[in-house]
Amino acid sequence: MTNATLSLHEKDQSKMPLEYTTEEGDLRIFGFWIFLAAELVLFGTLFGTYLVLQSHTAGGPTAKDLFEIGPVMAETIILLMSSFTCGLSTIELRRHNKKGLIGWMSVTILLGLVFIGLEANEFYTYAVHEGAPLSRSAFLSGFFVLLGTHGAHVSLGIVWIIGILLQLGKRGITPVTARKAFMAGLYWHFLDVVWIFIFTAVYLTGLVI
Amino acid sequence: MDENQKQMSERMGAGFPWKQVIGLLLSLALTFLALWIAVGLSLPVPVTLTIIVGLAIFQAFIQLFLFMHVTEGTEPVHQLIGILFGIYVAFAIVGGTLWILAYAL
Repeated sequence: MTNATLSLHEKDQSKMPLEYTTEEGDLRIFGFWIFLAAELVLFGTLFGTYLVLQSHTAGGPTAKDLFEIGPVMAETIILLMSSFTCGLSTIELRRHNKKGLIGWMSVTILLGLVFIGLEANEFYTYAVHEGAPLSRSAFLSGFFVLLGTHGAHVSLGIVWIIGILLQLGKRGITPVTARKAFMAGLYWHFLDVVWIFIFTAVYLTGLVI
Repeated sequence: MDENQKQMSERMGAGFPWKQVIGLLLSLALTFLALWIAVGLSLPVPVTLTIIVGLAIFQAFIQLFLFMHVTEGTEPVHQLIGILFGIYVAFAIVGGTLWILAYAL
């Protein structure tokens, strides 16, 4: 009985993609999902704070005054495209194609850099030209903390993926580097999920209310 | 690469990346649909908010299932339970905060 279960498990694992083939890799990917669940809760608290404080503008600029749909759509579409190219990099990983994996991951971080550039420009415009820095009102504190936390995550993701690209270049696709590349992909898609809610709950809601 | 491995990698990633392309097109369509509903239509505010939040949740699930392979792994039910619990706590925090502090909105 025990024997049968064991051999079934082993058979399963050998059929799996490379990143799941070791017990350690399998468990670490599970652990990463738990980390992402905790990140969801972190962003949940920031969304809760922002939504309550949204109307507390202290006589300063409101969401409607500040937000412009053009740059926001550009950021949204670029991050969405980067999530797509990141998905393509996972496919190349499954094909054990090192060049394809590195190529699509590079495109992903380039799009990530463009996104960060647009977001930094947006923050700069608000804080310097529109008289709406973080300290102006509770609304702006909530806004900059929520979007800043997301932007910091994207920036960290770019640095992390560059590190993984260096390892992939050096060591090739092994069970360890495959696991790291797969986890970085999960992280990147997760950041796009958070942005979908920022787009909806912050920008679109700000334009409607 | 031995024959076995070759077969495996072919099975894993052969052909056109349909899942990713469908995920991208659906996400783009949902994004523009939400924009149009919010800016183009002038529905009552609660109706608009309900629809766009619903579209966002749908798009998040597209990412989760088409891009993030949440159903993969040796025992995917464990990570599904973990992520569902995270979603539950996040919604409880956001919903609960808005409910309790509704007077302050």
